[in-house]
Amino acid sequence: MGIKVIDEKCSGCGLCEKSCPFGAISIKSREEVGKPHPKFKRIAVISEVCNLCGACVSACPFGAIVIEVEKKKEEIDLSQYKGVWVVAEMEERRIHGVTFELLNKGRELADKRSTYLGCVILGENLKEKVPELIERGADRVYVFDDPQLKNFVDTLWVEAISALAQREKPEIILLGATTIGRAIASRISGRLRTGLTADCTGLDIDQQGHLVQRRPAFGGNIMAEILCTERRPQMATVRHKVFKPALPDKDRKGEIIEEKLPDGIKLKTGFIDFVKDLTQTVNLADADIIVTGGRGVGGPDGFKVIEELARALGGAVGASRAAVDAGWIPYSHQVGQTGRTVCPKLYIACGVSGAIQHLVGMQASDVIVAINKDPHAPIFKVATFGIVADLFEVIPHLIKAIQKVRGQ
Amino acid sequence: MDVIVCIKQVPATTQVKINPVTNTLIREGVESIINPFDLYAIEEGVRLKEKFGGKATVISMGPPQAEAALREAISLGVDEAILLSDRNFGGSDTLATSYTLARAIKRIGEFDLVICGKQAIDGDTAQVGPGIAEELKLPCVTYVKKISEVKDGKMVVERMMETGWQIVEMELPGIITVVKEINEPRLPSLRGKMRARKAEILIWNASDLACEMDRIGQPGSPTVVKRIFAPPQKPAGKILQGDIDAVSQELADELKRLGII
Repeated sequence: MGIKVIDEKCSGCGLCEKSCPFGAISIKSREEVGKPHPKFKRIAVISEVCNLCGACVSACPFGAIVIEVEKKKEEIDLSQYKGVWVVAEMEERRIHGVTFELLNKGRELADKRSTYLGCVILGENLKEKVPELIERGADRVYVFDDPQLKNFVDTLWVEAISALAQREKPEIILLGATTIGRAIASRISGRLRTGLTADCTGLDIDQQGHLVQRRPAFGGNIMAEILCTERRPQMATVRHKVFKPALPDKDRKGEIIEEKLPDGIKLKTGFIDFVKDLTQTVNLADADIIVTGGRGVGGPDGFKVIEELARALGGAVGASRAAVDAGWIPYSHQVGQTGRTVCPKLYIACGVSGAIQHLVGMQASDVIVAINKDPHAPIFKVATFGIVADLFEVIPHLIKAIQKVRGQ
Repeated sequence: MDVIVCIKQVPATTQVKINPVTNTLIREGVESIINPFDLYAIEEGVRLKEKFGGKATVISMGPPQAEAALREAISLGVDEAILLSDRNFGGSDTLATSYTLARAIKRIGEFDLVICGKQAIDGDTAQVGPGIAEELKLPCVTYVKKISEVKDGKMVVERMMETGWQIVEMELPGIITVVKEINEPRLPSLRGKMRARKAEILIWNASDLACEMDRIGQPGSPTVVKRIFAPPQKPAGKILQGDIDAVSQELADELKRLGII
């Protein structure tokens, strides 16, 4: 392991112990561990729980903790990798919104690196879709247009994208953190033996030209910055709605490259059918406005009020785990750690207490409104606007006020 | 049907918070638990074993303390538990972790299915399941909410997608990652608890697994964490006060001002 405490520098102050997310550091008596010091009586000891995250290194005011990065055997010539790629995704014959968001961020990164922005698209009958990718920023679009790609089959995507990346050597590949993106990204990175960072909320280029990948960890309580300095391509997935979408520019020009699926792919999974979830009238992940009901809603009937407010706003209905577990509303509406993570422009939590598992699923929303009878409910801590009152009293008034404002 | 379940011991996320004043982590009494999604993987593995016969083995990579998670898995009905523990595994990212788990699965040898939870709640990456599949060149279906059929060396599963579910056929041996809709995990039985206390937990290290040393731990991990910091604090919210009519109007006006409605 590459972490160590420099005996003579450690004062035993304990700041590292507090900073460690894994509880891997303990402060011990120097006498006990046989490391006496003329001035300091205590010393930090790092156990094998250590994950080399580096939190203690930045926390230590004395520079007493170091992580030695071991040189990898095989050095890769990074300069032969060029271009930023976005893997496009389709949703019911339309290009998925996350693709436009990745094109926007990808364009910015490509400009910073003075390179091209590429986009890979897989599917059937894609002819009319391709120009939109160019209008939204792609310089080059690699198109796999094949009846076999009509429905998503993991292996076809993994084989096609991996082989293309091996040939073209992009320096960055961005994918949506969708079911499809998450299913294939890890397999492609495994194939290419390179690094992959999930669910990035920020992407930038550092002075050395590496991709800085910022992401939340521990359910959003901590942020981490991750680099992949010695391997290429640098791969990252990004959730829908984290970045703003690229706007179309009809005059943009780009190159279209027709690709063919590699020969001899052995398929061990087969697509049988796709069943649309009809209970899910509005896709929570796509909604700009979400009105959520919690335990305070009191029962299935109470959700009618939540639905009325959602309708008045043109939004979707969400639910806390308590409401779902009570059987008041189907699971597809659940927001939170074991439900969906959402980041709408407006999130209205009605009768939701705000357990941490709920907060991590919605606290990235632009504006949060909390309506709750209990002034001490944790939901108020993350709320932009709070109303301490009974939701059944507030909502009818609120609907009227919204209609009035809208009418102006 | 022989099943291998991969689990991870994680800190109960709710208890890892940042002290906004000192900007340090508060982790008093941090409790370690089996990653919640992995409980569904264990349950599904045990159910398959009960239905079709065979053996359910659970593996976990982690420090010696992770043994507690493995014992809990035994109390839930798993037959055998193996801990992959070695200081050289420290600092592993998802690529190195996938490789290490794949080595252990290879060493176990005979199996029909590997089951992982959808993702771990500490990292939330969902990368290790498909990563193992790639390393072992096995078919993989993620986010499985139902196993509807097991027949003739194949399995039909339902996979959750954003707008519905895909029905997919997969050849065995293969890998699935499961979501919480798949089952309702049981509680440990008294007999299970007794068995867990007495069970022998195998411990395998890097040389037991014949790992290539530059593919494990930090040398085998292309990604490095450069720094960790507290997320920017949101400015304190505004509590709207007054009679309900006035408050509702004020809120509607604010939302209009922000360009939301």
